[in-house]
Amino acid sequence: MSRDPFDLVRARPEPGFTFDFDGAPVPALPGQTVAAALWASGRMSWRSTRVGGRPRGAFCGMGVCFDCLVVLDGRPNTRACLAPATPGAQATTQQGDGHDALR
Amino acid sequence: MSESRSWDVVVIGAGMVGAACAHYAAAAGLRVAVVDRGSVAGGTTGAGEGNLLVSDKEPGPELDLAQLSLRLWSDLAAELGPDVVEFEAKGGLVVASTEPGLIALRRLMDDQTDCGVKAEEVSAERLRELEPHLAHGFAGGVRYPQDAQVQPALAAAHLLRAGGAVELLPDTEVTGFALAPDGAVRGVRTARAGTLSCGAVVNAAGTWGGAVAALAGSHLPVLPRRGFVLVTEPLPRVVRHKVYAADYVADVASGSAGLQSSGVVEGTAAGPVLIGASRERVGFDRTLSVPVLRRLAAQAVALFPVLAQVRTLRAYRGFRPYLPDHLPAIGPDPVVPGLFHACGHEGAGIGLAPATGMLLARLLCGQQPGELDLSPFDPGRFATSGSGDANSGDTNGSDTNSSDMTADHTTGEGL
Repeated sequence: MSRDPFDLVRARPEPGFTFDFDGAPVPALPGQTVAAALWASGRMSWRSTRVGGRPRGAFCGMGVCFDCLVVLDGRPNTRACLAPATPGAQATTQQGDGHDALR
Repeated sequence: MSESRSWDVVVIGAGMVGAACAHYAAAAGLRVAVVDRGSVAGGTTGAGEGNLLVSDKEPGPELDLAQLSLRLWSDLAAELGPDVVEFEAKGGLVVASTEPGLIALRRLMDDQTDCGVKAEEVSAERLRELEPHLAHGFAGGVRYPQDAQVQPALAAAHLLRAGGAVELLPDTEVTGFALAPDGAVRGVRTARAGTLSCGAVVNAAGTWGGAVAALAGSHLPVLPRRGFVLVTEPLPRVVRHKVYAADYVADVASGSAGLQSSGVVEGTAAGPVLIGASRERVGFDRTLSVPVLRRLAAQAVALFPVLAQVRTLRAYRGFRPYLPDHLPAIGPDPVVPGLFHACGHEGAGIGLAPATGMLLARLLCGQQPGELDLSPFDPGRFATSGSGDANSGDTNGSDTNSSDMTADHTTGEGL
């Protein structure tokens, strides 16, 4: 009685790869977004809010709410739910506005 | 729902100016309703930066109005809660790139300080103490500590709600006026709420104020002047003041229909940096103009090179309501008794709103405006022979030809 979503849609994805999140490898499949891969790896949060420092992750999952912001390849404020995971990409937790370098 | 309801005053327009008129009229004891065809701050109020400026105004009636208004704003902000409306007295910093530009700026500053504006010259060396990310190479600048900002949509909404004295009817388009046999205003007809009876109407419809005047059989040549604002991602405080190039003052005063733009950059309490300011007379064309946005971005980067590294999240545009002499219309209509105008504030409506509202409330109460001479703002100054108006005898509220006109159709579009 498998409820694996790949079976349900008879998906035959291309070979997987990993990208880097805060120094740890995260497995991903071609076409998966950064948010989906982080979620699949059990991570629910990858940003802290600007004012209260509270944890945030994917909320709307479709690019509208801007809650899932992550630093991707050095670029802060990237929506993890829209950015495709790519082999070897570097993602890091975003603290606040992600622009500490400008402070 | 066509029960007959009546007010002392119906204000048309739930933007910042309408909110201020309603607030001061209610504070004077009048029963006030505010109607808007859309939502609170749905027009130009919600499409600007919320600037409360004295720095960009040359001596004259508009500066007088701005100074009075700025004093009222600090009271209003204290009353509403400075954090609630994001009131911030950040100060303005005007920078000149050339020595002749600095000389002109200095002359303007001297004239302004003669009128009581606070300003200090800032040497080229000290500019970067005030704004560490400012580009090198400016000849100098002037700091205006009184320049401030509010979040305009919040300010309008909280002011309308304050005290619970004003009745708000959003989504209620005014389709015509009910006039007494002598031509005086008896009420406004609306698409949704029937006829609202009242003793006086305030036209605070901003850029659409000319259309409202036309509904009453009067004439006010308000035209739209389009402007774009670019919004960056939230940033640390890289821009501390409202910073703009000295050319901006000339752009504001220009009568040209062509595109003018000058860099105007400011950080906000919420984090994003707002980048303006363009001016074009293209009617109510809402098309996003990439060339204009590109120019604004380039001018902002020329002021603050660090902005080249950050992203813009969005852009928005609005239509400044301008009158041919760049002064608002504040006061009684020249032909329709009971109709008052409070519109045409161009890009300065947020800053000028409290003084407009307070002085207009005095007129509504039959008092003298007091500390300011309103004659430069007289709506009758545009009255031309023959324009005012052929059918002002449309009487007794029976729906004649005015009911099929809507405030959507503006008289001056596309000029």
